[in-house]
Amino acid sequence: MQEIPGDLKFMKSHEWARVEDKGTVTVGISDHAQSQLGDLVYVELPSVGDHVQAGNACAVVESVKAASDVYSPVSGEIVAINEALPDKPETINEDAFGEGWIFVVKPDSLAEDMEGLLDPDAYVELIENEEH
Amino acid sequence: MPFIPHSEADVGAMLKAIGVARIEDLFDEIPPALKIDALAKVPPGLSEMDVTRLMKERAAMDGTPLNFAGAGAYEHHIPAAVWAIVSRGEFYSAYTPYQAEASQGTLQLIYEYQTMMTRLTGMDVSNASLYDGATALAEAVLMAERCMKKGPRRVLVPRSVHPAYRKTLHTIVALQDIEVVEIDFAHDGADAGGVDPAWLAKQDFGAFTALVIPQPNFFGVLEHVDALTDWAHEKGALVIGVVNPVSLAVLKAPGQWGRTGADIVCGDGQPLGVPLSSGGPYFGILACKQEYVRQMPGRIVGRTTDLDGREGFALTLQAREQHIRRAKATSNICTNQGLLVTAATITMAMLGPEGVRRVAANSMANTRALRDKLVKIPGVRVLFQRSCFHEVALALPKPASEIVERLAHDNIVAGVALGEEFPELGDALLVCATETKTTADIDRFAASMARALA
Repeated sequence: MQEIPGDLKFMKSHEWARVEDKGTVTVGISDHAQSQLGDLVYVELPSVGDHVQAGNACAVVESVKAASDVYSPVSGEIVAINEALPDKPETINEDAFGEGWIFVVKPDSLAEDMEGLLDPDAYVELIENEEH
Repeated sequence: MPFIPHSEADVGAMLKAIGVARIEDLFDEIPPALKIDALAKVPPGLSEMDVTRLMKERAAMDGTPLNFAGAGAYEHHIPAAVWAIVSRGEFYSAYTPYQAEASQGTLQLIYEYQTMMTRLTGMDVSNASLYDGATALAEAVLMAERCMKKGPRRVLVPRSVHPAYRKTLHTIVALQDIEVVEIDFAHDGADAGGVDPAWLAKQDFGAFTALVIPQPNFFGVLEHVDALTDWAHEKGALVIGVVNPVSLAVLKAPGQWGRTGADIVCGDGQPLGVPLSSGGPYFGILACKQEYVRQMPGRIVGRTTDLDGREGFALTLQAREQHIRRAKATSNICTNQGLLVTAATITMAMLGPEGVRRVAANSMANTRALRDKLVKIPGVRVLFQRSCFHEVALALPKPASEIVERLAHDNIVAGVALGEEFPELGDALLVCATETKTTADIDRFAASMARALA
Protein backbone atom coordinates (compact mmCIF):
# COMPACT_ATOMS: atom_id res chain seq x y z
CA MET A 1 0.00 0.00 0.00
CA GLN A 2 1.28 3.41 -1.01
CA GLU A 3 2.00 5.70 1.93
CA ILE A 4 -0.51 8.52 2.31
CA PRO A 5 1.04 12.00 1.96
CA GLY A 6 0.22 14.11 5.00
CA ASP A 7 -1.16 17.06 3.03
CA LEU A 8 -4.12 15.12 1.59
CA LYS A 9 -7.74 15.22 2.73
CA PHE A 10 -10.24 12.48 1.93
CA MET A 11 -13.87 11.93 1.15
CA LYS A 12 -15.61 8.87 2.57
CA SER A 13 -16.09 7.82 -1.05
CA HIS A 14 -12.27 7.50 -1.36
CA GLU A 15 -11.36 10.64 -3.33
CA TRP A 16 -8.37 12.62 -2.12
CA ALA A 17 -7.96 16.40 -2.33
CA ARG A 18 -4.81 18.47 -2.07
CA VAL A 19 -4.90 22.26 -1.69
CA GLU A 20 -2.11 23.65 -3.84
CA ASP A 21 -0.14 26.82 -3.07
CA LYS A 22 -2.13 28.85 -5.58
CA GLY A 23 -5.42 27.83 -3.93
CA THR A 24 -6.57 25.24 -6.47
CA VAL A 25 -7.53 21.72 -5.38
CA THR A 26 -6.09 18.62 -7.07
CA VAL A 27 -8.31 15.53 -6.91
CA GLY A 28 -7.67 11.82 -7.34
CA ILE A 29 -8.79 8.49 -5.92
CA SER A 30 -7.00 6.82 -3.03
CA ASP A 31 -4.53 3.98 -3.34
CA HIS A 32 -7.01 1.89 -1.36
CA ALA A 33 -9.73 2.67 -3.93
CA GLN A 34 -7.56 1.68 -6.88
CA SER A 35 -6.61 -1.59 -5.18
CA GLN A 36 -10.28 -2.38 -4.60
CA LEU A 37 -11.17 -1.62 -8.21
CA GLY A 38 -8.35 -3.65 -9.73
CA ASP A 39 -6.72 -2.95 -13.10
CA LEU A 40 -8.18 0.25 -14.49
CA VAL A 41 -9.00 0.21 -18.18
CA TYR A 42 -10.76 3.51 -18.75
CA VAL A 43 -11.10 6.97 -17.25
CA GLU A 44 -13.82 9.39 -18.24
CA LEU A 45 -12.72 12.94 -17.48
CA PRO A 46 -14.75 16.10 -16.98
CA SER A 47 -14.14 19.04 -19.33
CA VAL A 48 -12.09 22.08 -18.40
CA GLY A 49 -14.55 24.88 -17.68
CA ASP A 50 -17.22 22.57 -16.21
CA HIS A 51 -18.68 23.76 -12.94
CA VAL A 52 -18.86 21.01 -10.35
CA GLN A 53 -20.71 20.74 -7.04
CA ALA A 54 -19.08 19.21 -3.98
CA GLY A 55 -20.35 15.65 -3.63
CA ASN A 56 -21.44 15.34 -7.27
CA ALA A 57 -19.97 12.85 -9.72
CA CYS A 58 -17.78 14.42 -12.37
CA ALA A 59 -15.50 11.61 -13.57
CA VAL A 60 -15.69 7.82 -13.95
CA VAL A 61 -13.00 5.23 -13.40
CA GLU A 62 -13.57 1.83 -14.90
CA SER A 63 -11.76 -1.41 -14.14
CA VAL A 64 -12.09 -4.88 -15.56
CA LYS A 65 -14.71 -5.63 -12.93
CA ALA A 66 -16.42 -2.37 -12.00
CA ALA A 67 -17.11 1.21 -12.92
CA SER A 68 -17.10 3.85 -10.24
CA ASP A 69 -18.05 7.52 -10.17
CA VAL A 70 -15.50 10.00 -8.91
CA TYR A 71 -17.05 12.76 -6.76
CA SER A 72 -15.66 16.23 -6.44
CA PRO A 73 -14.69 17.08 -2.84
CA VAL A 74 -15.19 20.81 -3.49
CA SER A 75 -17.44 23.05 -5.55
CA GLY A 76 -15.84 25.13 -8.27
CA GLU A 77 -14.60 25.22 -11.82
CA ILE A 78 -12.51 22.49 -13.45
CA VAL A 79 -9.27 24.21 -14.49
CA ALA A 80 -7.18 21.16 -15.47
CA ILE A 81 -7.65 17.49 -16.29
CA ASN A 82 -5.03 14.76 -16.45
CA GLU A 83 -5.03 14.21 -20.21
CA ALA A 84 -2.54 11.35 -19.96
CA LEU A 85 -5.09 9.12 -18.21
CA PRO A 86 -7.34 8.08 -21.11
CA ASP A 87 -4.32 6.50 -22.82
CA LYS A 88 -2.71 5.23 -19.60
CA PRO A 89 -5.45 4.59 -17.01
CA GLU A 90 -3.08 2.19 -15.22
CA THR A 91 -1.22 5.28 -13.99
CA ILE A 92 -3.86 5.44 -11.22
CA ASN A 93 -3.01 1.85 -10.19
CA GLU A 94 0.70 2.68 -10.17
CA ASP A 95 0.69 6.09 -8.47
CA ALA A 96 -2.74 7.02 -7.13
CA PHE A 97 -1.53 9.92 -5.00
CA GLY A 98 0.88 11.37 -7.59
CA GLU A 99 0.89 10.93 -11.36
CA GLY A 100 -2.60 9.41 -11.11
CA TRP A 101 -4.32 12.71 -10.20
CA ILE A 102 -7.57 13.16 -12.15
CA PHE A 103 -8.61 16.83 -12.18
CA VAL A 104 -7.99 20.24 -10.61
CA VAL A 105 -10.75 22.50 -9.29
CA LYS A 106 -10.62 26.22 -8.67
CA PRO A 107 -12.82 26.22 -5.56
CA ASP A 108 -15.74 28.58 -4.87
CA SER A 109 -15.65 28.35 -1.07
CA LEU A 110 -12.63 26.33 -0.12
CA ALA A 111 -12.65 26.51 3.69
CA GLU A 112 -16.28 25.45 3.93
CA ASP A 113 -15.88 22.44 1.63
CA MET A 114 -12.61 21.26 3.20
CA GLU A 115 -14.20 21.19 6.64
CA GLY A 116 -16.14 18.02 5.91
CA LEU A 117 -13.11 16.05 4.68
CA LEU A 118 -11.08 13.48 6.59
CA ASP A 119 -7.39 13.80 7.44
CA PRO A 120 -5.12 10.84 6.62
CA ASP A 121 -5.45 9.22 10.07
CA ALA A 122 -9.23 9.40 10.04
CA TYR A 123 -9.26 7.99 6.49
CA VAL A 124 -7.02 5.08 7.47
CA GLU A 125 -9.37 4.36 10.34
CA LEU A 126 -12.30 4.42 7.92
CA ILE A 127 -10.81 1.87 5.55
CA GLU A 128 -9.68 -0.33 8.41
CA ASN A 129 -13.24 -0.38 9.74
CA GLU A 130 -14.51 -1.12 6.24
CA GLU A 131 -12.25 -4.14 6.06
CA HIS A 132 -13.48 -5.61 9.36
CA MET B 1 -31.88 -31.36 -17.07
CA PRO B 2 -35.62 -30.72 -17.31
CA PHE B 3 -36.63 -27.24 -16.27
CA ILE B 4 -39.54 -27.94 -13.93
CA PRO B 5 -39.18 -25.58 -11.00
CA HIS B 6 -41.32 -25.38 -7.93
CA SER B 7 -42.81 -28.83 -7.49
CA GLU B 8 -45.23 -29.02 -4.58
CA ALA B 9 -42.50 -30.58 -2.45
CA ASP B 10 -40.04 -27.75 -3.37
CA VAL B 11 -42.58 -25.09 -2.48
CA GLY B 12 -43.43 -26.85 0.77
CA ALA B 13 -39.76 -27.08 1.74
CA MET B 14 -39.14 -23.42 0.94
CA LEU B 15 -42.17 -22.24 2.91
CA LYS B 16 -41.14 -24.38 5.86
CA ALA B 17 -37.61 -22.95 5.76
CA ILE B 18 -38.89 -19.38 6.05
CA GLY B 19 -41.67 -20.27 8.46
CA VAL B 20 -44.63 -19.32 6.29
CA ALA B 21 -47.71 -21.51 6.00
CA ARG B 22 -49.03 -20.55 2.57
CA ILE B 23 -47.68 -18.61 -0.42
CA GLU B 24 -50.60 -16.17 -0.12
CA ASP B 25 -49.28 -15.11 3.31
CA LEU B 26 -46.26 -13.58 1.56
CA PHE B 27 -48.62 -11.01 0.01
CA ASP B 28 -50.36 -10.06 3.25
CA GLU B 29 -48.99 -6.53 3.04
CA ILE B 30 -51.15 -5.78 0.03
CA PRO B 31 -54.61 -4.61 1.14
CA PRO B 32 -57.29 -7.10 0.02
CA ALA B 33 -59.13 -4.31 -1.82
CA LEU B 34 -56.22 -4.01 -4.24
CA LYS B 35 -56.14 -7.71 -5.07
CA ILE B 36 -58.09 -9.29 -7.88
CA ASP B 37 -58.77 -12.98 -8.22
CA ALA B 38 -58.61 -13.23 -11.98
CA LEU B 39 -58.14 -11.01 -15.01
CA ALA B 40 -61.64 -10.53 -16.34
CA LYS B 41 -60.65 -10.22 -19.99
CA VAL B 42 -58.21 -13.13 -20.03
CA PRO B 43 -59.95 -16.42 -20.76
CA PRO B 44 -59.07 -19.52 -18.71
CA GLY B 45 -56.16 -21.68 -19.84
CA LEU B 46 -56.49 -24.15 -22.70
CA SER B 47 -54.90 -27.54 -23.14
CA GLU B 48 -52.01 -27.92 -25.59
CA MET B 49 -54.31 -29.77 -27.97
CA ASP B 50 -56.88 -26.96 -27.92
CA VAL B 51 -54.24 -24.23 -28.32
CA THR B 52 -52.62 -26.03 -31.25
CA ARG B 53 -55.93 -26.36 -33.02
CA LEU B 54 -56.89 -22.73 -32.38
CA MET B 55 -53.54 -21.43 -33.62
CA LYS B 56 -53.64 -23.60 -36.75
CA GLU B 57 -57.09 -22.23 -37.56
CA ARG B 58 -55.95 -18.67 -37.02
CA ALA B 59 -52.79 -19.20 -39.11
CA ALA B 60 -54.86 -20.66 -41.94
CA MET B 61 -56.83 -17.40 -42.07
CA ASP B 62 -53.62 -15.72 -43.34
CA GLY B 63 -53.67 -17.98 -46.38
CA THR B 64 -50.65 -18.01 -48.66
CA PRO B 65 -51.03 -14.81 -50.65
CA LEU B 66 -48.56 -13.57 -53.24
CA ASN B 67 -46.84 -10.82 -51.31
CA PHE B 68 -45.64 -7.52 -52.82
CA ALA B 69 -45.56 -5.55 -49.56
CA GLY B 70 -42.31 -4.40 -48.01
CA ALA B 71 -42.24 -1.17 -45.99
CA GLY B 72 -39.73 -2.39 -43.45
CA ALA B 73 -40.25 -6.17 -43.48
CA TYR B 74 -39.17 -8.16 -46.53
CA GLU B 75 -39.97 -11.62 -47.82
CA HIS B 76 -36.72 -13.34 -48.78
CA HIS B 77 -36.01 -16.99 -49.40
CA ILE B 78 -34.63 -18.63 -46.26
CA PRO B 79 -32.56 -21.75 -47.00
CA ALA B 80 -34.10 -24.79 -45.27
CA ALA B 81 -30.86 -25.50 -43.44
CA VAL B 82 -31.00 -22.16 -41.58
CA TRP B 83 -33.82 -22.92 -39.16
CA ALA B 84 -32.89 -26.61 -38.99
CA ILE B 85 -29.53 -25.51 -37.56
CA VAL B 86 -30.97 -22.72 -35.43
CA SER B 87 -33.38 -25.19 -33.80
CA ARG B 88 -30.54 -27.36 -32.50
CA GLY B 89 -30.46 -27.47 -28.71
CA GLU B 90 -27.00 -25.89 -28.61
CA PHE B 91 -28.31 -22.73 -30.28
CA TYR B 92 -31.96 -22.67 -29.31
CA SER B 93 -32.07 -19.72 -26.93
CA ALA B 94 -33.13 -16.12 -27.30
CA TYR B 95 -30.45 -15.04 -24.85
CA THR B 96 -26.78 -14.90 -24.19
CA PRO B 97 -26.39 -17.27 -21.26
CA TYR B 98 -25.86 -15.76 -17.82
CA GLN B 99 -22.52 -17.49 -17.38
CA ALA B 100 -21.65 -16.30 -20.84
CA GLU B 101 -18.10 -17.59 -21.16
CA ALA B 102 -19.22 -21.15 -20.41
CA SER B 103 -21.00 -21.08 -23.77
CA GLN B 104 -18.08 -20.59 -26.12
CA GLY B 105 -20.07 -21.73 -29.16
CA THR B 106 -22.76 -19.09 -28.63
CA LEU B 107 -20.16 -16.40 -28.07
CA GLN B 108 -18.23 -17.42 -31.18
CA LEU B 109 -21.41 -17.21 -33.23
CA ILE B 110 -22.17 -13.72 -31.91
CA TYR B 111 -18.57 -12.68 -32.56
CA GLU B 112 -18.90 -13.87 -36.16
CA TYR B 113 -22.22 -12.02 -36.48
CA GLN B 114 -20.52 -8.84 -35.26
CA THR B 115 -17.71 -9.33 -37.77
CA MET B 116 -20.20 -9.75 -40.62
CA MET B 117 -22.06 -6.61 -39.55
CA THR B 118 -18.92 -4.50 -39.37
CA ARG B 119 -17.99 -5.66 -42.88
CA LEU B 120 -21.45 -4.83 -44.26
CA THR B 121 -21.65 -1.43 -42.57
CA GLY B 122 -18.00 -0.41 -42.82
CA MET B 123 -18.04 0.36 -39.08
CA ASP B 124 -15.37 -0.71 -36.56
CA VAL B 125 -17.66 -2.32 -33.98
CA SER B 126 -21.06 -4.02 -33.88
CA ASN B 127 -22.95 -5.07 -30.78
CA ALA B 128 -24.62 -8.47 -30.39
CA SER B 129 -27.97 -6.99 -31.64
CA LEU B 130 -30.94 -5.14 -30.19
CA TYR B 131 -34.69 -5.81 -30.30
CA ASP B 132 -35.60 -4.41 -33.71
CA GLY B 133 -34.81 -1.65 -36.18
CA ALA B 134 -37.05 0.97 -34.59
CA THR B 135 -35.66 0.58 -31.06
CA ALA B 136 -32.15 0.39 -32.54
CA LEU B 137 -32.72 3.87 -34.00
CA ALA B 138 -33.86 5.16 -30.61
CA GLU B 139 -30.77 3.61 -28.97
CA ALA B 140 -28.58 5.16 -31.68
CA VAL B 141 -30.03 8.61 -30.90
CA LEU B 142 -29.52 8.16 -27.14
CA MET B 143 -26.00 6.96 -27.88
CA ALA B 144 -25.28 10.02 -30.05
CA GLU B 145 -26.37 12.26 -27.18
CA ARG B 146 -23.92 10.50 -24.86
CA CYS B 147 -21.11 10.78 -27.42
CA MET B 148 -21.68 14.54 -27.60
CA LYS B 149 -21.23 15.44 -23.96
CA LYS B 150 -23.54 18.35 -23.18
CA GLY B 151 -24.85 18.21 -26.72
CA PRO B 152 -27.80 20.27 -27.94
CA ARG B 153 -30.21 17.37 -27.28
CA ARG B 154 -31.83 17.80 -30.67
CA VAL B 155 -31.76 15.35 -33.54
CA LEU B 156 -32.86 15.86 -37.14
CA VAL B 157 -34.94 13.06 -38.57
CA PRO B 158 -36.17 13.17 -42.19
CA ARG B 159 -39.82 12.24 -42.78
CA SER B 160 -38.45 9.71 -45.27
CA VAL B 161 -37.50 7.55 -42.25
CA HIS B 162 -40.01 4.72 -41.62
CA PRO B 163 -43.07 6.22 -39.83
CA ALA B 164 -43.06 3.42 -37.22
CA TYR B 165 -39.39 4.12 -36.47
CA ARG B 166 -40.15 7.81 -35.98
CA LYS B 167 -43.02 7.00 -33.60
CA THR B 168 -40.88 4.57 -31.61
CA LEU B 169 -38.06 7.11 -31.47
CA HIS B 170 -40.45 9.75 -30.16
CA THR B 171 -41.85 7.37 -27.54
CA ILE B 172 -38.40 6.45 -26.22
CA VAL B 173 -36.58 9.80 -26.30
CA ALA B 174 -39.31 12.44 -25.83
CA LEU B 175 -39.30 12.20 -22.03
CA GLN B 176 -35.51 12.15 -21.92
CA ASP B 177 -35.40 15.80 -22.90
CA ILE B 178 -34.35 15.14 -26.49
CA GLU B 179 -36.09 17.10 -29.21
CA VAL B 180 -36.80 15.23 -32.43
CA VAL B 181 -36.97 17.71 -35.31
CA GLU B 182 -38.61 16.19 -38.38
CA ILE B 183 -37.30 17.55 -41.66
CA ASP B 184 -39.25 17.16 -44.86
CA PHE B 185 -38.23 15.32 -48.00
CA ALA B 186 -38.53 17.03 -51.39
CA HIS B 187 -41.98 16.79 -52.97
CA ASP B 188 -41.18 18.28 -56.38
CA GLY B 189 -38.44 18.24 -58.92
CA ALA B 190 -35.64 15.79 -59.58
CA ASP B 191 -35.01 15.25 -55.86
CA ALA B 192 -38.61 14.38 -54.90
CA GLY B 193 -38.89 11.40 -52.58
CA GLY B 194 -35.73 12.10 -50.60
CA VAL B 195 -34.00 14.89 -48.73
CA ASP B 196 -32.64 17.54 -51.10
CA PRO B 197 -29.15 18.49 -49.88
CA ALA B 198 -29.31 21.89 -51.63
CA TRP B 199 -32.55 22.73 -49.77
CA LEU B 200 -31.07 21.42 -46.53
CA ALA B 201 -28.01 23.65 -46.86
CA LYS B 202 -30.28 26.71 -46.90
CA GLN B 203 -32.09 25.81 -43.68
CA ASP B 204 -31.15 26.89 -40.20
CA PHE B 205 -32.08 24.21 -37.68
CA GLY B 206 -29.84 25.61 -34.95
CA ALA B 207 -27.45 23.29 -33.15
CA PHE B 208 -28.19 19.57 -33.29
CA THR B 209 -26.56 16.38 -32.08
CA ALA B 210 -27.12 14.10 -35.04
CA LEU B 211 -28.71 13.78 -38.45
CA VAL B 212 -30.48 10.51 -39.18
CA ILE B 213 -30.05 9.32 -42.77
CA PRO B 214 -32.19 6.41 -44.05
CA GLN B 215 -30.64 4.40 -46.89
CA PRO B 216 -32.70 3.28 -48.70
CA ASN B 217 -35.43 5.46 -47.26
CA PHE B 218 -39.01 4.39 -46.50
CA PHE B 219 -40.00 4.88 -50.16
CA GLY B 220 -37.12 2.70 -51.36
CA VAL B 221 -35.40 5.86 -52.64
CA LEU B 222 -31.63 6.19 -52.34
CA GLU B 223 -30.75 9.33 -50.41
CA HIS B 224 -27.76 11.54 -51.33
CA VAL B 225 -25.84 10.07 -48.42
CA ASP B 226 -22.45 11.66 -49.23
CA ALA B 227 -23.75 15.22 -49.34
CA LEU B 228 -25.99 14.72 -46.28
CA THR B 229 -23.16 13.16 -44.25
CA ASP B 230 -20.72 15.95 -45.07
CA TRP B 231 -23.34 18.62 -44.33
CA ALA B 232 -24.04 17.18 -40.86
CA HIS B 233 -20.36 16.80 -40.07
CA GLU B 234 -19.68 20.40 -41.12
CA LYS B 235 -22.33 21.42 -38.56
CA GLY B 236 -20.42 19.49 -35.88
CA ALA B 237 -23.10 16.79 -35.64
CA LEU B 238 -22.92 13.02 -35.82
CA VAL B 239 -24.47 10.95 -38.60
CA ILE B 240 -26.76 7.98 -37.83
CA GLY B 241 -27.42 5.71 -40.80
CA VAL B 242 -30.61 3.61 -40.89
CA VAL B 243 -29.99 0.79 -43.34
CA ASN B 244 -31.36 -2.43 -44.78
CA PRO B 245 -28.49 -4.92 -44.34
CA VAL B 246 -29.26 -6.72 -47.61
CA SER B 247 -28.92 -3.46 -49.54
CA LEU B 248 -25.38 -3.04 -48.21
CA ALA B 249 -24.26 -5.90 -50.44
CA VAL B 250 -24.71 -3.55 -53.42
CA LEU B 251 -24.64 -0.05 -51.92
CA LYS B 252 -21.73 1.95 -50.52
CA ALA B 253 -21.09 0.98 -46.88
CA PRO B 254 -22.11 3.74 -44.41
CA GLY B 255 -18.49 3.81 -43.22
CA GLN B 256 -17.65 5.30 -46.63
CA TRP B 257 -20.43 7.91 -46.78
CA GLY B 258 -19.06 11.38 -47.50
CA ARG B 259 -15.55 12.32 -46.47
CA THR B 260 -15.44 10.56 -43.10
CA GLY B 261 -18.38 8.14 -43.07
CA ALA B 262 -21.42 7.73 -40.84
CA ASP B 263 -20.70 7.52 -37.10
CA ILE B 264 -23.44 5.11 -35.97
CA VAL B 265 -25.37 2.65 -38.12
CA CYS B 266 -28.61 0.91 -37.18
CA GLY B 267 -31.34 -1.03 -38.93
CA ASP B 268 -33.57 -4.06 -38.82
CA GLY B 269 -31.93 -7.43 -39.39
CA GLN B 270 -35.14 -9.19 -40.47
CA PRO B 271 -34.19 -9.48 -44.19
CA LEU B 272 -31.32 -11.77 -43.16
CA GLY B 273 -33.04 -15.11 -42.58
CA VAL B 274 -35.89 -14.03 -40.30
CA PRO B 275 -39.43 -14.95 -41.44
CA LEU B 276 -42.08 -12.21 -41.63
CA SER B 277 -44.11 -13.97 -38.88
CA SER B 278 -46.82 -11.30 -38.58
CA GLY B 279 -44.36 -8.57 -37.67
CA GLY B 280 -41.89 -10.11 -35.27
CA PRO B 281 -39.77 -10.97 -33.45
CA TYR B 282 -37.04 -9.41 -35.58
CA PHE B 283 -33.68 -8.04 -34.45
CA GLY B 284 -31.97 -4.66 -34.43
CA ILE B 285 -28.53 -3.89 -35.81
CA LEU B 286 -26.25 -1.36 -34.12
CA ALA B 287 -22.68 -0.61 -35.21
CA CYS B 288 -20.37 2.36 -34.73
CA LYS B 289 -16.91 3.80 -35.10
CA GLN B 290 -14.36 2.65 -32.53
CA GLU B 291 -14.21 6.04 -30.78
CA TYR B 292 -17.89 5.73 -29.72
CA VAL B 293 -17.84 2.12 -28.50
CA ARG B 294 -18.02 3.03 -24.80
CA GLN B 295 -21.33 4.73 -25.40
CA MET B 296 -22.76 1.77 -27.30
CA PRO B 297 -25.56 -0.15 -25.55
CA GLY B 298 -25.98 -3.91 -25.51
CA ARG B 299 -23.69 -6.87 -25.32
CA ILE B 300 -20.39 -7.03 -27.19
CA VAL B 301 -18.38 -10.22 -27.62
CA GLY B 302 -14.60 -10.00 -27.97
CA ARG B 303 -11.96 -12.50 -29.01
CA THR B 304 -9.19 -13.19 -26.53
CA THR B 305 -6.72 -15.84 -25.38
CA ASP B 306 -6.99 -17.83 -22.15
CA LEU B 307 -4.22 -18.53 -19.61
CA ASP B 308 -2.92 -21.38 -21.77
CA GLY B 309 -2.78 -19.19 -24.85
CA ARG B 310 -5.81 -20.78 -26.51
CA GLU B 311 -8.27 -18.64 -28.44
CA GLY B 312 -11.55 -17.93 -26.69
CA PHE B 313 -14.46 -15.51 -26.63
CA ALA B 314 -15.63 -13.28 -23.81
CA LEU B 315 -18.20 -10.55 -23.22
CA THR B 316 -16.25 -7.32 -23.29
CA LEU B 317 -16.61 -3.67 -22.21
CA GLN B 318 -19.23 -4.78 -19.69
CA ALA B 319 -18.81 -1.68 -17.57
CA ARG B 320 -21.21 -0.02 -20.05
CA GLU B 321 -23.93 -2.39 -18.93
CA GLN B 322 -26.56 -2.45 -16.23
CA HIS B 323 -25.15 -5.22 -14.07
CA ILE B 324 -22.06 -3.07 -13.44
CA ARG B 325 -22.99 0.55 -14.15
CA ARG B 326 -26.55 0.26 -12.78
CA ALA B 327 -28.54 3.49 -13.22
CA LYS B 328 -25.75 5.03 -15.28
CA ALA B 329 -25.53 2.19 -17.79
CA THR B 330 -25.65 3.12 -21.46
CA SER B 331 -29.08 1.53 -21.75
CA ASN B 332 -31.58 -0.73 -20.04
CA ILE B 333 -30.78 -3.17 -22.84
CA CYS B 334 -28.88 -6.07 -21.28
CA THR B 335 -29.60 -8.87 -23.70
CA ASN B 336 -29.81 -9.45 -27.43
CA GLN B 337 -31.97 -11.29 -29.95
CA GLY B 338 -29.77 -14.37 -29.84
CA LEU B 339 -31.98 -16.77 -31.75
CA LEU B 340 -32.62 -14.41 -34.66
CA VAL B 341 -28.99 -13.37 -34.80
CA THR B 342 -28.15 -17.06 -35.03
CA ALA B 343 -30.48 -17.35 -38.03
CA ALA B 344 -28.97 -14.25 -39.65
CA THR B 345 -25.41 -15.44 -39.12
CA ILE B 346 -26.13 -18.87 -40.59
CA THR B 347 -27.99 -17.26 -43.50
CA MET B 348 -25.06 -14.97 -44.29
CA ALA B 349 -22.57 -17.80 -43.88
CA MET B 350 -24.56 -20.01 -46.27
CA LEU B 351 -25.13 -17.32 -48.89
CA GLY B 352 -21.68 -15.78 -48.61
CA PRO B 353 -20.96 -12.22 -49.79
CA GLU B 354 -21.74 -13.16 -53.39
CA GLY B 355 -25.04 -14.82 -52.41
CA VAL B 356 -26.22 -11.77 -50.43
CA ARG B 357 -25.19 -9.57 -53.37
CA ARG B 358 -27.31 -11.70 -55.71
CA VAL B 359 -30.32 -11.52 -53.37
CA ALA B 360 -30.00 -7.73 -53.41
CA ALA B 361 -29.40 -7.48 -57.17
CA ASN B 362 -32.26 -9.87 -58.07
CA SER B 363 -34.63 -8.00 -55.75
CA MET B 364 -33.72 -4.72 -57.45
CA ALA B 365 -34.17 -6.24 -60.91
CA ASN B 366 -37.56 -7.73 -59.98
CA THR B 367 -38.80 -4.45 -58.55
CA ARG B 368 -37.75 -2.67 -61.76
CA ALA B 369 -39.56 -5.30 -63.83
CA LEU B 370 -42.66 -4.89 -61.66
CA ARG B 371 -42.50 -1.10 -61.92
CA ASP B 372 -42.16 -1.25 -65.71
CA LYS B 373 -45.17 -3.59 -65.96
CA LEU B 374 -47.38 -1.55 -63.64
CA VAL B 375 -46.72 1.86 -65.23
CA LYS B 376 -48.09 0.49 -68.51
CA ILE B 377 -51.52 0.43 -66.83
CA PRO B 378 -53.33 3.69 -67.66
CA GLY B 379 -53.20 6.15 -64.75
CA VAL B 380 -50.33 4.42 -62.91
CA ARG B 381 -47.05 6.34 -62.69
CA VAL B 382 -43.86 6.31 -60.70
CA LEU B 383 -44.18 8.83 -57.86
CA PHE B 384 -40.47 9.65 -57.43
CA GLN B 385 -37.91 9.65 -60.23
CA ARG B 386 -34.88 8.99 -58.02
CA SER B 387 -32.98 5.70 -57.94
CA CYS B 388 -34.53 3.03 -55.78
CA PHE B 389 -33.33 -0.12 -54.07
CA HIS B 390 -35.99 -2.85 -54.14
CA GLU B 391 -39.08 -0.83 -53.41
CA VAL B 392 -40.95 1.82 -55.40
CA ALA B 393 -43.82 4.24 -54.73
CA LEU B 394 -46.51 4.43 -57.40
CA ALA B 395 -49.26 6.99 -57.92
CA LEU B 396 -52.61 5.30 -58.65
CA PRO B 397 -55.75 6.73 -60.24
CA LYS B 398 -57.89 5.26 -57.42
CA PRO B 399 -57.50 5.18 -53.61
CA ALA B 400 -54.62 2.83 -52.83
CA SER B 401 -56.28 1.23 -49.80
CA GLU B 402 -59.23 0.31 -52.02
CA ILE B 403 -56.87 -1.33 -54.53
CA VAL B 404 -55.10 -3.25 -51.78
CA GLU B 405 -58.47 -4.62 -50.71
CA ARG B 406 -59.50 -5.48 -54.29
CA LEU B 407 -56.27 -7.39 -54.96
CA ALA B 408 -56.65 -9.30 -51.70
CA HIS B 409 -59.62 -11.03 -53.38
CA ASP B 410 -57.13 -12.29 -55.97
CA ASN B 411 -54.95 -13.58 -53.12
CA ILE B 412 -52.36 -10.83 -53.69
CA VAL B 413 -50.90 -8.46 -51.09
CA ALA B 414 -50.55 -5.44 -53.37
CA GLY B 415 -48.30 -3.34 -51.17
CA VAL B 416 -48.69 -0.64 -48.53
CA ALA B 417 -50.99 2.36 -49.07
CA LEU B 418 -49.06 5.52 -48.20
CA GLY B 419 -52.01 7.90 -47.76
CA GLU B 420 -52.50 7.32 -44.05
CA GLU B 421 -48.96 8.29 -43.04
CA PHE B 422 -48.34 10.70 -45.93
CA PRO B 423 -51.69 12.31 -46.86
CA GLU B 424 -49.92 14.75 -49.20
CA LEU B 425 -48.88 11.85 -51.44
CA GLY B 426 -52.52 11.09 -52.30
CA ASP B 427 -53.37 7.70 -53.79
CA ALA B 428 -49.90 6.24 -53.51
CA LEU B 429 -48.89 2.59 -53.12
CA LEU B 430 -45.50 1.26 -52.01
CA VAL B 431 -44.62 -2.01 -53.76
CA CYS B 432 -41.71 -4.41 -53.45
CA ALA B 433 -40.67 -7.49 -55.43
CA THR B 434 -37.85 -9.43 -53.80
CA GLU B 435 -35.87 -12.28 -55.38
CA THR B 436 -38.74 -14.60 -54.41
CA LYS B 437 -40.97 -13.27 -57.23
CA THR B 438 -40.99 -14.82 -60.70
CA THR B 439 -41.95 -13.21 -64.00
CA ALA B 440 -45.24 -15.12 -63.81
CA ASP B 441 -45.90 -13.67 -60.32
CA ILE B 442 -45.24 -10.15 -61.59
CA ASP B 443 -47.53 -10.71 -64.60
CA ARG B 444 -50.27 -12.01 -62.30
CA PHE B 445 -49.94 -8.90 -60.10
CA ALA B 446 -50.04 -6.56 -63.10
CA ALA B 447 -53.09 -8.30 -64.59
CA SER B 448 -54.94 -8.15 -61.27
CA MET B 449 -54.04 -4.47 -60.84
CA ALA B 450 -55.21 -3.69 -64.40
CA ARG B 451 -58.58 -5.33 -63.68
CA ALA B 452 -58.94 -3.44 -60.41
CA LEU B 453 -58.23 -0.10 -62.05
CA ALA B 454 -60.28 -0.73 -65.19
